[in-house]
Amino acid sequence: MTPLQLVFLLTAALTLVAAFRVVTTRNLVHAALWLVVTLFGVAVLFVLLNAPFLAVVQVVVYIGAIAVLFIFAIMLTRREMRDQGAQLNKGWWAAALVSLLTFGGLFWLTRSWDGFTRTAAPLPTGQDTLSALGKALVSPDAFVLPFEIASVLLLAALVGAVYVAYREK
Amino acid sequence: MIPLSWYLILSAALFSLGLFGVLARKNAVAILLGIELMLNAVNVNLVAFWRYGNLTSIAGQVFAIIVFAVSAAEVAVGLALVISVYRRRKTIVADEIDMLKW
Repeated sequence: MTPLQLVFLLTAALTLVAAFRVVTTRNLVHAALWLVVTLFGVAVLFVLLNAPFLAVVQVVVYIGAIAVLFIFAIMLTRREMRDQGAQLNKGWWAAALVSLLTFGGLFWLTRSWDGFTRTAAPLPTGQDTLSALGKALVSPDAFVLPFEIASVLLLAALVGAVYVAYREK
Repeated sequence: MIPLSWYLILSAALFSLGLFGVLARKNAVAILLGIELMLNAVNVNLVAFWRYGNLTSIAGQVFAIIVFAVSAAEVAVGLALVISVYRRRKTIVADEIDMLKW
């Protein structure tokens, strides 16, 4: 077993345990903190996949902004649903069945694909992934239109969020 | 080297855990936490297919960035809705927010 495989297995175990705690823990503040652990594990996976820029974006945007937003929302709505009482539906066993079936289906589907056990080709030397990514995002014959649409969507969503959460005097 | 299958199995498991959270949790904020897990599983898949596929095309990473933007938008709107509902109805249990159900 190579060191990289060991790092992957440790990260994967940490990520999955943290994700399991996110969906099962009673205390919602703890669930949000376990979400931070999961997001950090995914950032490590991005580093293992030679995508360091995405790892940094994951830490800055997901952990820095989204997870903190979750903690704020939990603090603002905590009074009603304290940490006692059932946190899961009555039909949680059906949900567990559906998600197990989803996992089995995805596993079976990807297993039947012949690229399943493919290993990564080494990165070509002299190719700068980050500058290629930056150029692809603003180049008219690549992804400038989806990129601009995503930014307009984000702006519209933020204006909408301010409007929805605004308290009328 | 790490085979592609490891990433695919990990992200399938992460997606299923998120799905369980969305389906089984009572609290609306916890449902949004499950959606975040599912979006992260999708991102792991996108970047893994970029790395193990054709490296001259950068589309996988661009898609992952767009997923980041969409999930930030989704969380902002979702949490604003949750706070607004909490202010009007004094509850964020998803089962009790059923005025549109007949």
